[in-house]
Amino acid sequence: MAWRIVVGLLDGVKDARGERVRREIREHLGIEVDSVRTLDVYTVDAALSDAEIEAAAAGPFSDPVIQEFVINRPLARDFDVLVEVGFRPGVTDNIGRTAREAIQYLTGRPFAAGEAVYTSVQYLLKGKVDKPIAERIASGFLGNGLIQRWDILTAAEFDPENGVPVTLPKVTSDARPEVREIDLDVADEELMKISRDGMLALSIEEMKMLQAHAADPAFLQAREAVGLGSKLTDVELEALAQTWSEHCKHKIFSAKIIYEDEQGNRETINSLFKTYIVGATRDIRARLGDKDFCLSVFKDNAGVIEFNDDWSLVFKVETHNSPSALDPYGGALTGIVGVNRDGMGTGMGARLIFNTDVFCFASPFLNKPLPPRLLHPRRIFEGVVEGVEHGGNKSGIPTVNGSIVFDERFAGKPLVYCGTASIMPRTLNGKPCHEKKVRVGDHIVMTGGRIGKDGIHGATFSSEELHEGSPVTAVQIGDPITQKKMFDFLIIARDRGLYHSITDNGAGGLSSSVGEMGEDTGGFEMHLDRAPLKYPGLQPWEILISEAQERMTLAVPPDKLDAFFQLANEMDVEATDFGVFTDSGYFHCLYEGKTVSYLPMKFLHEGVPQMVIPAKWTPKALSEPDFDLPDDLGGELKALLGRLNICSKESVVRRYDHEVQAGTVIKPLVGVANDGPSDAAVYRPLFDSFEGVVVSHGICPSYSDIDTYHMMACAIDEGLRNFVAVGGNIEHVAGLDNFCWCDPVKSEKTPDGEYKAAQLVRANKALYDCCVAFGVPLISGKDSMKNDYQIGDTKISIPPTVLFSVIGKIGDVRRAVSMDVKRPGDLVYLLGITRDECGGSEYYRQHGELGSNVPKVAAACALDLYRTLNAAQRDGLVRSCHDLSDGGLGVALAEKAFAGGYGIRADLDRVLVDGDLRADKLLFSESQSRLLVTVRPENRAAFDALFTGRDAACIGEVTEEPRLLLSRGSKTLVDVDIHSLKEAWQAPLREL
Amino acid sequence: MAKQVRSIVITGNGTNCEREVANACRLAGCEVADIVHIAELLSGRKCLDDYHFLNLAGGFLDGDDLGSAKAGANRLRHAAVKGSTEHLADQLYRFIEDGKLAMGVCNGFQLMVKMGLLPALGDDFRTQTATLSHNDSGRFEDRWTYLKVDPASPCIYTRGIDGIYLPVRHGEGKFMVRSEEVLQRIETGHLATLKYCDPEYRAPVMNYPQNPNGSVNAIAGVCDASGRIFGLMPHPEAYVHRTHHPRWTRDESLPEEGMGLWLYRNAVQFIRNELL
Repeated sequence: MAWRIVVGLLDGVKDARGERVRREIREHLGIEVDSVRTLDVYTVDAALSDAEIEAAAAGPFSDPVIQEFVINRPLARDFDVLVEVGFRPGVTDNIGRTAREAIQYLTGRPFAAGEAVYTSVQYLLKGKVDKPIAERIASGFLGNGLIQRWDILTAAEFDPENGVPVTLPKVTSDARPEVREIDLDVADEELMKISRDGMLALSIEEMKMLQAHAADPAFLQAREAVGLGSKLTDVELEALAQTWSEHCKHKIFSAKIIYEDEQGNRETINSLFKTYIVGATRDIRARLGDKDFCLSVFKDNAGVIEFNDDWSLVFKVETHNSPSALDPYGGALTGIVGVNRDGMGTGMGARLIFNTDVFCFASPFLNKPLPPRLLHPRRIFEGVVEGVEHGGNKSGIPTVNGSIVFDERFAGKPLVYCGTASIMPRTLNGKPCHEKKVRVGDHIVMTGGRIGKDGIHGATFSSEELHEGSPVTAVQIGDPITQKKMFDFLIIARDRGLYHSITDNGAGGLSSSVGEMGEDTGGFEMHLDRAPLKYPGLQPWEILISEAQERMTLAVPPDKLDAFFQLANEMDVEATDFGVFTDSGYFHCLYEGKTVSYLPMKFLHEGVPQMVIPAKWTPKALSEPDFDLPDDLGGELKALLGRLNICSKESVVRRYDHEVQAGTVIKPLVGVANDGPSDAAVYRPLFDSFEGVVVSHGICPSYSDIDTYHMMACAIDEGLRNFVAVGGNIEHVAGLDNFCWCDPVKSEKTPDGEYKAAQLVRANKALYDCCVAFGVPLISGKDSMKNDYQIGDTKISIPPTVLFSVIGKIGDVRRAVSMDVKRPGDLVYLLGITRDECGGSEYYRQHGELGSNVPKVAAACALDLYRTLNAAQRDGLVRSCHDLSDGGLGVALAEKAFAGGYGIRADLDRVLVDGDLRADKLLFSESQSRLLVTVRPENRAAFDALFTGRDAACIGEVTEEPRLLLSRGSKTLVDVDIHSLKEAWQAPLREL
Repeated sequence: MAKQVRSIVITGNGTNCEREVANACRLAGCEVADIVHIAELLSGRKCLDDYHFLNLAGGFLDGDDLGSAKAGANRLRHAAVKGSTEHLADQLYRFIEDGKLAMGVCNGFQLMVKMGLLPALGDDFRTQTATLSHNDSGRFEDRWTYLKVDPASPCIYTRGIDGIYLPVRHGEGKFMVRSEEVLQRIETGHLATLKYCDPEYRAPVMNYPQNPNGSVNAIAGVCDASGRIFGLMPHPEAYVHRTHHPRWTRDESLPEEGMGLWLYRNAVQFIRNELL
């Protein structure tokens, strides 16, 4: 029988969770509720005695100081409507899992198969709430119908004896494992139906390739020997669809692109990835020669560079956009814990040191109707922020750098970028730690979580636009604690030399992880029936491609198996032996002894046909706007500071632990009141060395509306500018590109595909040009190419967006520089040249304009400037440094001043300009490669000497009086006290 | 062998500050600062008896899924040590009876309170009389706080300290008590060693954000009557070097050593004087 334990706060104890829910119901839905109280419900479906249940309720399940509990009777009272929200069957229930473990400790015996604890929450609403309003609250805020279910009862309907009827969200299935055969010897229409109905996301060309392969006599002969017929099995078809998915194969970046520029010049690009990304790194590494600091690029789950003689640095950034659109909390949580596995799955494994996150949302204050299936941006904001919070904080990894970018088009799909850096020894047991190789005979061992139906078709799903039939199984909830326990175990196993290779289970599950590892030996034999399942009823193909979280796959040599399993068992980590790696040449899966897949590895990995994509660049006819110089430039500045892309993100930053592991030296919030916006993070990963890691990023999708070439160039410069601002060494820095695009393949659905593809080509050209000019190698990256929303006639495409993440070194963290002004009397220098470049700027957007003069990057000049700045930092001449980005000089001056708690007086006539600039453009142009520096008066000569012949101008000084006083000669342009500027900057997102 | 100060940091099941706590112990002069996975204690290979200074570090034991440190407290109470008749809790109570030192930080403090190790009124180390619950804001927050030391506290860790500046990083740090009487006994026994206060360390404060969570009487850290068992929500291990201070780039006069290290130095000094 099932027990129901309900736990609530004692009378008089403040219900902070309930209070927060009440507040958020008002903010999200505009519904006023008088009060919300919450009760936790544990439904225990297990053979236990009354005394054992009583002990669980009184012990681990409740807090005797502030809580009370009841068993099998209701605790709810004094409400108008009760909403109970629980999970749907099969959804990860972390609290339920912990509750089960707690009972097992109490009783000393394990749960039997099928026994479980399910958790739910009761919300007791009081006020003018009826059932329809409660339904809106439940579906619009308390629950997500994709993963949760709810009961709504009014006080009149509520049974005071028995309470809410018991629901057991148990997965029930009488499905017998079976393997279906699919006949591909059919007409084209039928082939496409197979692809569509099976959520395979394969094109007609790809389906025909499979058809041809399945008909090959050599192929058939080999199959007969293992007892398979002429038709492909569902296991095989699913494995192929995963391996060939856009998500895994990056078909667009590998495609042949026929590009035509605005002058009609045509060129054929054979793979953007190889030409521009790999190409840039290859050329830079050749030039660096002995000074090449790259160790492992593009080939592993993350990129690896040197940190010092003893340690290497590992970095990867991923996106998790599609899942976050459906379930923002679960999507973002799995995003962060997923990218954590990339670090652990690189080389022989690395210890995670910090996370980064960048989100792109529509305004949380958006006030207009949304098309079907889209969640309100406010809900996305809240869910994503909380998901990353739980993923990062519970894993004990500090979140040190990030940003939030707003554009209305991100309502169609939010972008959720999650990055993780880790550190590994240069050598492990005498071999480079960043290398690994599976050997024939090694066992296929999976560790961590169990396999369920969660995340099935995640890889193929994210290779499509968001549509009506997007599957709910694509949504998952991560479990950071199971993963942390596994990582604690794996680092010990690594150091003891218990395995030869390791990789993570992400998109495509075992199909991808074992398939890729099997490339080392040329085959494998895997027994799918050995899989540890969350619940019965999974088909063999589901086991193979499930993307259930918290799993790593390892190659364990036979002589280390016992030691490996013993350690896993002792550390309470589940590990399963699935079979062996072979040199058979085949992707060989069995179920209960019978072969269910037998595909040549070569066909699987190399068989996918290359796409051909047309691209034609036709610049849009854009012009500069024509509006009068505003009278009140101080007012313009204040309004800019309050824009979502510029304003303070402190309320989010504080929810992330940015200091755990005690390595964060330049924190995200700096300045006299610990609330100024840091340009980049400086992190000291080793307790016995003052060497540091610097991490930053650049992202500027708003320039894509003019030209993606310059969007890309500006993102690179912004990332590097932030990096050098805090003291990062420009000679020891690498980049990662994460492309998020809208579908660039011309089709009926995408008539403007040629333009979007040309935008992609131009961004790649800039990536090559700029990285080579700066000498910054790319070490890893990712692309997400279908960020569109299409239901009915409504199509929303995101602006083409590239996150350029930067990671590198600072020789001594004690030389790091923060952005806030330090003392009155210090001199204010502006480095770089200001041009008439307001196109795509925040200032023009504030006036409802786009403009045409997009900022351009002069990389050679910038590099020289950054090197000189590094020299000044090493000499201790730089007291503060802040980069100029959104909102230009005006915003940067304001931020520097109020972060430091002092004023700044500056004469803008001293600014180095190209041409003659109107006052507003001087203040708000977003010209690149500019930084504001403050210098002690006594260091003026030394600083000037370093910058002789370079673009640096002393434009003013820091003042005791807390005012921003900007003039042009004798004419005052801005005269505002810094407190009101700070208030304008802090107010917009303070309460979120 | 020369006399060694031996400290242990327990990890596993979601603890995540073990490395910096061990580092703080080492910097403070511990000759031994072992990070020990709880599995090693349960296997019987390691034993608390071999140490003087027990550190329960911050983190999210079992994800704080049943309330902060609740599942962790349950494990510590009920988990048996392999190859012996005793539970890990027996080792722990013996450790306390032997007059050794234990400090819990953040999740470690939550664990101690929920096991009844603090405030341990009347030297009862088994009955829970206080708790740490959700911040009034309903949110996790990372923020630096000023803490005033009760000079009359028996706490051995805060000897010679008036005030200290440390970060809090928690969602469940609101200190609450079972009854007014419990609070009275904590106050009259001077067991509320640390209280959130104003930046000049003058007086305890109840207003947000200086009191970041709404703790009753602004209580941030508590010790037992002997002063040897101590727990606090703020993180002393997070401020052991000047570059940990959020404003180190503004203040050249900051000493090289961070304030958090003082607590560990006092512990090591006490062990050298009393336990070796």
